[in-house]
Amino acid sequence: MSSSSLLPSSNSALHLAVALDGAGWHPAAWREQVSRPRELFTARYWTDLVQEAERGLLDFVTIEDGLGPQSAHFTEPDARTDQVRGRLDAVLIAARVAPLTRHIGLVPTVVATHTEPFHISKAIATLDYVSSGRAGLRVQVSARRNEAAHFGRRTFPALRIEDLDSPEAKELTGDLFDEASDYVEAVRRLWDSWEDDAEIRDVATGRFIDRDKLHYINFEGRRFSVKGPSITPRPPQGQPVVSALAHRSVPFQLVARSTDIGYVTPHDADQARAIVDEIRTAQAAAGRSDEPVHVFGDLVVFLDDDPAAAATRRERLDGLAGYTYAGDARIFTGTPVQLADLLQELQQSGLTGFRLRPAVVGHDLPAITQGLVPELQRRGAFRSAYEADTLRGLLGLARPANRYATATA
Amino acid sequence: MPRKQIHLAAHFPGVNNTTVWSDPKAGSHVEFSSFAHFAQTAERAKFDFLFLAEGLRLREQAGEIYDLDVVGRPDTFTILTALAAVTERLGLTGTINSTFNEPYEVARQFASLDHLSDGRAAWNVVTSWDAFTGENFRRGGFLPQDERYSRAKEFLTTASELFDSWHGDEIVADQASGTFLRDAQAGAFVHQGQHFDISGQFNVPRSPQGRPVIFQAGDSDEGREFAASSADAIFSRYSTLKEGRAFYTDVKGRLARHGRTSDQLLILPAATFVLGESDAEAAELAREVRRQQVSGATAIKHLEFVWNRDLSGYDPDGPLPEIDPDLGEHTIARGRAQVRMYRDPLATAREWRERAAANKWSIRDLVIETGNRQSFVGSPATVAETINDFVQADAADGFILVPHITPGGLDVFADTVVPLLQERGVYRTEYEGTTLRDHLGLSEPTAVEAGTRRAAS
Repeated sequence: MSSSSLLPSSNSALHLAVALDGAGWHPAAWREQVSRPRELFTARYWTDLVQEAERGLLDFVTIEDGLGPQSAHFTEPDARTDQVRGRLDAVLIAARVAPLTRHIGLVPTVVATHTEPFHISKAIATLDYVSSGRAGLRVQVSARRNEAAHFGRRTFPALRIEDLDSPEAKELTGDLFDEASDYVEAVRRLWDSWEDDAEIRDVATGRFIDRDKLHYINFEGRRFSVKGPSITPRPPQGQPVVSALAHRSVPFQLVARSTDIGYVTPHDADQARAIVDEIRTAQAAAGRSDEPVHVFGDLVVFLDDDPAAAATRRERLDGLAGYTYAGDARIFTGTPVQLADLLQELQQSGLTGFRLRPAVVGHDLPAITQGLVPELQRRGAFRSAYEADTLRGLLGLARPANRYATATA
Repeated sequence: MPRKQIHLAAHFPGVNNTTVWSDPKAGSHVEFSSFAHFAQTAERAKFDFLFLAEGLRLREQAGEIYDLDVVGRPDTFTILTALAAVTERLGLTGTINSTFNEPYEVARQFASLDHLSDGRAAWNVVTSWDAFTGENFRRGGFLPQDERYSRAKEFLTTASELFDSWHGDEIVADQASGTFLRDAQAGAFVHQGQHFDISGQFNVPRSPQGRPVIFQAGDSDEGREFAASSADAIFSRYSTLKEGRAFYTDVKGRLARHGRTSDQLLILPAATFVLGESDAEAAELAREVRRQQVSGATAIKHLEFVWNRDLSGYDPDGPLPEIDPDLGEHTIARGRAQVRMYRDPLATAREWRERAAANKWSIRDLVIETGNRQSFVGSPATVAETINDFVQADAADGFILVPHITPGGLDVFADTVVPLLQERGVYRTEYEGTTLRDHLGLSEPTAVEAGTRRAAS
């Protein structure tokens, strides 16, 4: 199947996002002189970052979050004092920055496992109002036992990364991702639970709304049910943009069934091609062949004008951390020109965009906006001005019709 | 003796029939520009804070979504945090219920709001409990009504333990030595109680105010006691001098039992206002506003709160129903607190019939006369004087003003009444501090206090 038929926009232009997390993705990033570790909990810090990303004409930023302290361990808390610990609520960071930016999309992380779809639906709808149509969300699950204990409502088995293929782990991840899929479905129905023209202010009859244009969503899932309608009217984009990070088949299913963007972590073009194929196949199986779903490649980046400088920086930070940092995503070290080459090569595998994770935000974010972006622009591969007012518009996604309006028309 | 300083705050007009949406001056109640205008007006007038109410399920009447009042509102945390970007000093107070939330998440959100607003967050703790609202949430209607204050109290205690789990000195962030945290256990907590059994580590460092300012709105004996024990401010609905003084005396009198002094709990009734060039003009305008607030259809619906019956066949311009209220389970109106105000529907119906007959009032006249009377009506001078009299007489420490027009209804108050209060020396001309605690004259909870709390738990 041709993946380009699933795509809304011209395939020469790629989409570009940055993933913001504390001082950067490398655990020792905060120790770089350029970092501002004492400001991580201030509005100014986050505003500066998102405004820099906007100056680079990026499609959107994502903001990491979690319902417990960060940890170097896969599933359990650690007791480290040499890395950044603590973070502010990502939705609220996005809300704080929204009035101070104009074009860039704002995509905070939300944890489906422990939060209420009703609350999140109205929070993201409200982010869409305060940003005039630039909201999205990145849905995440949590199997961490310590985070579950913060809520006291569920317990999970102890898992190690090497146990991921055990029957117990498969059952748990299957359950968590099914719940996340239900969660997104409930959130999406709530966004549609008001038709766009439900508010009528009809002085003659004294009616503020046309109640026939408000809808009970009657969502019934295994983990929760939601009656609806939302208390927040349908947001400007109709449906804010839903995204998820996915590494394996189960989360690929979530991307295919439920999202507008999947972030994936191929380490080369062949892997990228295989992942895109798997997602497109699952998308077709889910009956969404005609709906555009972006597949973004995630890369951690160390960017310097001299490739040796980037490699040296990575080594220095690994030295400070006391171990070789290796996450889920490929780590790129090199120049903006080299990165542009790589992105264009990976794009040929069917990826529609990239989410770059700056290793050191204070260094690599400006290297993206002031180095990579001009390079891509020179190649005609990236926008030279914001061409749309909404995040959906930037991503080439149409404003969706309301499912309930269609059903009752 | 120095004169008491008046506290003022403003409630963004919302989903009830106080808000006049039919007026050509009425704008959006959802667009951010409306909230920004309202907040910036409140800040221009040096108000202590902006207040947002909350709703978690749309109201229904006779099994259908109620369609006569303003419907729809944004998420409280999200809108308040966005407002922090367009204001500098104004306190940001959000109503968040303690039933359909979990302490860890709510504490994170308030601590985040406090960080992102540089110390301007406040939490109005409410106690929704009903199964009707519960249908929108994971646990459904799990809480018996008589446990709602017990859960609210434990929710607040638990959240405070989370706020206090960081003392404020944990983040070292020494780039040279590589020490980010002084203490690997920063944020550690254990809470075991009737409603919450949770433990772990809170992941938001101590915020500028330490904890958000706590507001409470209950009026029952239990609600007053809850406020006296745990709140920094209490909302009331008593805006007459006599009732206000009785409430004030009662609530302030409860503080000593909890080891608190009378300046540690502010009493701030909600109040509506209508201003005119003269008292006579304001009175005429107030009559017009009441007619706009109570359409014929609205009057019938309000009567149904008491009658607990479908009265749609009655003429709002005609006499009250002869038929008595249905005393069974209240089924006609759902998602509405006002219904509980009428504890003896038969007596209320009898009294209303008598008053309507004596005054030759129609149903609509009756509803207009028994509810929705504006608290302060008059020229700016009259309203300034009345507000000051209330505060100096200890009927209140100030007021939370509820304009009837969105979002410009506060402007005239800011432009005309506030300067008169400033001239009298009973209202600030500049913010003295930067945090909401500063505005309210409340001391900041200290890390020492927090440490004691953690050690004692």
